[in-house]
Amino acid sequence: MRWYWLDRFEKFVAGEEAISLKNVTLAEEPLDDYLPGYAHYPHSLIIEGMAQTGGILLSQTNDFRDKIVLAKVSKAEFDCIARPGDTIRLRAVLVNRQADGAIVEGSIEVNDEPQGRMELTFAILDESYGSEPFFIPSDFCRVLRGLCLFDVGVNPDGSPLQIPEEMLAAEIDALTTPCE
Amino acid sequence: MASSEEVFEKVQEALVDALGVDDDEVTREATMVGDLGAESIDFLDIVFKLEKAFDINIPREELFPDDILTNADLVQDGKVTADGISQLKERLPWANLSKFEGNPRVQDFGNLLTVNDLCSYVQSKIG
Repeated sequence: MRWYWLDRFEKFVAGEEAISLKNVTLAEEPLDDYLPGYAHYPHSLIIEGMAQTGGILLSQTNDFRDKIVLAKVSKAEFDCIARPGDTIRLRAVLVNRQADGAIVEGSIEVNDEPQGRMELTFAILDESYGSEPFFIPSDFCRVLRGLCLFDVGVNPDGSPLQIPEEMLAAEIDALTTPCE
Repeated sequence: MASSEEVFEKVQEALVDALGVDDDEVTREATMVGDLGAESIDFLDIVFKLEKAFDINIPREELFPDDILTNADLVQDGKVTADGISQLKERLPWANLSKFEGNPRVQDFGNLLTVNDLCSYVQSKIG
């Protein structure tokens, strides 16, 4: 099972806000095991989806170089549930960024109706956590492409978001290196 | 100009929200770390909530003088020197450092800040 709790980005304004979509389907394992007979999408995974949306929004501010972890769910309020067939829209706004962390405010809609809100605190880890990135750059680039980040992403001035050069170089390197 | 009580109430609300503690735990004398259980990442949240609540800007170094506490010229054998103490007093005029001065171990500084110190700091910012 892949730990992606969003399907694609619908909007991404660098350093400001990101909106992602998550379509709920009965084919997903968590819906089988979570309250059997009452299939709905766990709120904990909506929080994770918001953390991924906000985490990528934050990570992009330094060309995806920082090690970012969700440090605290300050608030998570839900008004209703999401069932198979529903579309969840996750809107993350980067409201505060410091050298060692950031705060993201999130709002959630299900089928265009407000469903909840949350506030997440992220930590940006320093060098004491090692110099290796959390994700292999070429793999991460592929994930971001899959999420349509670079299709919809723009800078605050409206110009298209570019894939960081070192990420592109890593991707080219991975694609042109013969498998062992 | 906000009264001392109004400032306290807003600070209390921010701390209850950020730390998940009860109103009655947030007394003026409570220490942020020891009594209220604040961890380093919580301060990011607390500062953000105070900035919003009071419409002020809080430069990090005004509340957390890490540059002084990690300066080799101002810390010897894990303790802040007299020169370091005077710089702390200058930087944090709103904080009560009298107890810390008695045994200025750097490792104890993190548990120095009380709710009342935070209120005094905010009061100094809003005038």
